[in-house]
Amino acid sequence: MSAPDQLSPALRAEALEQLLVERELVDPAGLDRLIASYESDIGPLNGAKVVAKAWTDPDYKRRLLADGTAVIAEMGFAGPQAEHIVVVENTASVHNVVVCTLCSCYPWPVLGLPPSWYKDPAYRARVVKEPRTVLAEMGLRLEDDVRIIVRDSSSEVRWLVLPERPAGTEHMSEAELVGLVTRDAMVGVAKVSAP
Amino acid sequence: MESIADMGGTDGWGPVPVPRPDEPVFAERWQARVYGLTRLIMFQISGRNRDAFRHSLERLDRDTYLNNGYYGRWLAGGELMLTDSAILAPGAVAARARNLQGEQVAEPAVPEPNKPGHAETDPSWRRELDRPPAFAVGQTVRAKDISPEGHTRLPRYVRGHIGVVELIQPASVYPDTNAHFRGENPQHVYTVGFESRELWGADAEPFSVTIELYEPYLEAAA
Repeated sequence: MSAPDQLSPALRAEALEQLLVERELVDPAGLDRLIASYESDIGPLNGAKVVAKAWTDPDYKRRLLADGTAVIAEMGFAGPQAEHIVVVENTASVHNVVVCTLCSCYPWPVLGLPPSWYKDPAYRARVVKEPRTVLAEMGLRLEDDVRIIVRDSSSEVRWLVLPERPAGTEHMSEAELVGLVTRDAMVGVAKVSAP
Repeated sequence: MESIADMGGTDGWGPVPVPRPDEPVFAERWQARVYGLTRLIMFQISGRNRDAFRHSLERLDRDTYLNNGYYGRWLAGGELMLTDSAILAPGAVAARARNLQGEQVAEPAVPEPNKPGHAETDPSWRRELDRPPAFAVGQTVRAKDISPEGHTRLPRYVRGHIGVVELIQPASVYPDTNAHFRGENPQHVYTVGFESRELWGADAEPFSVTIELYEPYLEAAA
């Protein structure tokens, strides 16, 4: 494993797939289906639907913050990497931001697979040591009086940020709000902007 | 074990990449194949052991861990688990890869599988415990200053530091034993909050970190 060789990961991956398929340990059609599900169905749109509903339904929001796992499962979002989800609310005075310093744990059923920056050593290493600086590098400047809470996902518990609803969206419907909510805001490295 | 994977608070990584809203799920096709393959490989080992998979990543050397990014380490970790349990012979993937690029090398014989004697009692990591949690919400605790030899989810940056229990989470299979196929050994799990100055000293930015810690990682602090 540690011996340096010049084989590209693409070639090694192809070799591994051939070996496993030849021995009928992996079903290629099942592999295609699994990949397609994360490319087309399981992504941040799921989380955006949860957030938009919480913004427009105070009772739903109260229940979501009390028992994220059960309330998120009501929309059918459940499965690996989301057996226990805690939802935390970002406000004008408190800002939560999520990381996994030990690997790249992420709530797949509501956000899909993690983006490259989330898996980057710089993010994993630095956001628990200098989050205000890191967020500013990523384009989010927080006021000095905002309290930052970093959530390091070191167990199987997963965190989802409920972003603050932006001013100027009071007239918008739940369906319209879904389109505003971004993946980055649900991890806590951005805010949601009004259109 | 002390691993490159334990990155919290380490220096020398440079700036954080600026997020791109249009980033594809998989930047390259091989990454998609590796993601799917690794998920399915888990069913070929014993008991879909997520902890053993994370431990396989921790055991990679620094270059293998970093050079081909997230899915590069998944590929190397998955291959390591398959050779550990003798589903693949050591060198089998490299030999096939060389043949794919036109070389003609002998491939090792298929070995007799030697899977760990382990079966999960439930596909979820959640477990019910008869004993009550040792620590209460609001209690001051210290993360033990220990360096476990094998797999652990106790990162270096909290070891020896004092925090406060904020939440009691569902009890869980214990990664430190489960990763080595030495039993589920379920434990209570706590969300513990640490102030930045406790972790990083008086000049730290003001903020707090919460992290989930398994009961054996903690001791009461006066």
